[in-house]
Amino acid sequence: MSTAANETARSRGQAPAGERIADWADGRLGIYSLAKANMRKIFPDHWSFMLGEVCMYSFIIIILTGVYLTLFFHPSMNEVVYHGSYVPLQGQMMSEAFNSTLHISFDVRGGLLVRQIHHWAALIFLAGMFVHMMRVFFTGAFRKPREINWLFGFLLFVLGMFTGFTGYSLPDDLLSGTGVRFMEGAILSVPIVGTYLSYFLFGGQFPGHDFVARFYSIHILLLPGIMLGLMVAHLILVFYHKHTQFAGPGKSNNNVVGMPLLPVYMAKAGGFFFLVFGVIAAIAAVAQINPIWAIGPYRVDQVSTGAQPDWYMGFAEGLIRFMPGWEINFWGHTLVLGVFIPLVLFPLVLAAIAVYPFIESWVTGDKREHHILDRPRNAPTRTAFGVAWVTIYMITLVGGGNDLWATHFHLSINAVTWFVRIFFFVGPVIAFLVTKRICLGLQRRDRDKVLHGRETGIIKRLPHGEFIEVHEPLSQEQLHTLTAHDQYQPAEIGPTVDENGVERKVKAAERLRVKLSNAYYGEDNQIPKPSVEEYREITSGHGHH
Amino acid sequence: MKKLSARRRHPLAAVVVLLLALAATGGLYAAFAPAGKAQADETSQSLTIKEGRKLYEVGCASCHGTGGQGSSDGPSLVGVGSAAVDFQVGTGRMPAATSQGAQVPRKKPVYTQTQIDQLAAYIASLGAGPIVPTKQQYGPAGADIAKGGELFRTNCAQCHNFTGKGGALTKGKFAPTLEGVDPKHIYEAMQTGPQNMPSFPDTTLSSKNKKDIIAYLHAVDSSETTNPGGLELGGLGPVSEGLFAWIFGLGALIAVAVWVAARTAKAKKS
Repeated sequence: MSTAANETARSRGQAPAGERIADWADGRLGIYSLAKANMRKIFPDHWSFMLGEVCMYSFIIIILTGVYLTLFFHPSMNEVVYHGSYVPLQGQMMSEAFNSTLHISFDVRGGLLVRQIHHWAALIFLAGMFVHMMRVFFTGAFRKPREINWLFGFLLFVLGMFTGFTGYSLPDDLLSGTGVRFMEGAILSVPIVGTYLSYFLFGGQFPGHDFVARFYSIHILLLPGIMLGLMVAHLILVFYHKHTQFAGPGKSNNNVVGMPLLPVYMAKAGGFFFLVFGVIAAIAAVAQINPIWAIGPYRVDQVSTGAQPDWYMGFAEGLIRFMPGWEINFWGHTLVLGVFIPLVLFPLVLAAIAVYPFIESWVTGDKREHHILDRPRNAPTRTAFGVAWVTIYMITLVGGGNDLWATHFHLSINAVTWFVRIFFFVGPVIAFLVTKRICLGLQRRDRDKVLHGRETGIIKRLPHGEFIEVHEPLSQEQLHTLTAHDQYQPAEIGPTVDENGVERKVKAAERLRVKLSNAYYGEDNQIPKPSVEEYREITSGHGHH
Repeated sequence: MKKLSARRRHPLAAVVVLLLALAATGGLYAAFAPAGKAQADETSQSLTIKEGRKLYEVGCASCHGTGGQGSSDGPSLVGVGSAAVDFQVGTGRMPAATSQGAQVPRKKPVYTQTQIDQLAAYIASLGAGPIVPTKQQYGPAGADIAKGGELFRTNCAQCHNFTGKGGALTKGKFAPTLEGVDPKHIYEAMQTGPQNMPSFPDTTLSSKNKKDIIAYLHAVDSSETTNPGGLELGGLGPVSEGLFAWIFGLGALIAVAVWVAARTAKAKKS
């Protein structure tokens, strides 16, 4: 349209088409005020803030590919004879679920690729959530006002594990069948009600004819539905709280420094979605995952070595594998501690990290809002606790793959198992102590840098023969960044006798809190950051150092 | 008779008698001996055994005893059969080094196939045992791959993994990978049950069953196996898949995130 024509259109009182559509929609949806409030929302830039996006996008990819798979999958355990195109299984009896998964893999156009994208995206989704959770943990982003969002995220991780597990079990192949059998064994180990629970879940004796259909509705409807709701709530809260940021010049607890959602983050995040999709699709196109045709259909009388769950359930497998096979028999009943204790430990290990933010806020007694992130070194006890937790998790994962460690590193599986047993207890303690020392060391280094500047590596000889290294003072920005963090004072019990000489009773909880507070912030548990006076004193010109 | 008696001192008499005796022996032998081929075999067989014995005395007797009766360092070989010898020596497991780990590993064979046959013949001569299978028994002709898969999953997978990639046993022992193992040796292993492996004689797994299993392994665990999904990642299942997802999946995505985050709008920087 030429400019002249444009002007004639305007003079007739006709707005451009886009404006008219926007106006029409605004009159009915009120999007204008919504957009005004949110389009200029600021997000800070840091690669680790995009880990959550990785999770969200892989979740969307899983949903999209999952919908495609439901078009061809038959969640039925009716037995059929295979007549498809994979020769080494022709004529074998198998469930319809397995048969239809083979059909998807070999006879549906794009079926195998979509299956592999679905499965790889699931592994990456869970790994992404794990790393995202650790990022939030180690930077202290879970502090007020984000505790609820931390729990939402944690729930998403746990639900993701179970959604993954139920999905992994659907093809009814020998590997996943072994996993379901494992789960049945764990349920059976529950005292008194175990048998009933198992019968309830499987609709009778394992494996029965129901579990694939039941897992199917759990996998495609129940759990993802809850997860989708939680994810939306998670995002709404991120919008509501605004994003956290690392300390730096111009950044305070009351502002967010970054780029607006529209247009910068719309373009970046939108592009990032396609990058994530691209990476996952490329991996799915290159690497095979869960080759059920090589694994074979499930039969209760068959089992293979190297039968492990997907990685996110690996620590449950590990707990069972390294637990000694203890049993207690009384009055004709057996309490299978070798399975029941791991079943109890499983939620406890997970819960340990989930409740940590509440323990920390109780110890600090801090009721303020925090929008500036901590550097992990500036919260040594928290960082050490997190590393200890990750150590337990990783040691248990090693236990879950003990046979592969044994075969691939030419070790004895017994030795690997004993290593895991010992380091399940010793490992986190060592990790805690070492991490705390490293954090304090780094704090000292920061203090040195602030007070004495950066070592330049230039050696100068003074006229009287002394050698000194030239230190370069830090810039104002660097000084600010290194000293922006808050430091808590350890709590004290306070006077136990009031002015009238009446003794106050000190509760055990308070005593514990003071003890913990000293372990967190007492002498030797944090390095006091340099004060302005110290800085002035040292830079006032009494010689260079 | 007079005539004969008169000439018995004739200078040529001894020659004639010798000729007669030779003819009689030869004739009798020709009449009573089995087929001529067998006769040839018999001699070469005894020769083979003799050669095998020599090899045995040099390479094996220090552990297994001078007559194959065994010692504190090695088991008795009486009755193990030629199949066991062909497997153990043919896969390089025997002769074993003096100090072994938990289990004797497969390695490059020390003897040629001819020498192995000689050793096998000698050991077989000590007592009856399973014999080396023929190509007809372990060859692919007439095998049912799907049946072999079912048999493999029922009998073998709990140690050797779904597709024969191997697995761990207790105290450093292991079930080796079956990839690249000669079909004959797989057959012999099933027949004789080397080291920690149980034996599957024909009464347990028929000759046809063994053929099926070998054909299945060839289909899923050989250089001719195709992986429709791409890289096999060792065929070890979720552990290697999880490792791959973490390192190459999440690793690549973090690299991409770093790249995206580093490219911000220029308004602030310039």
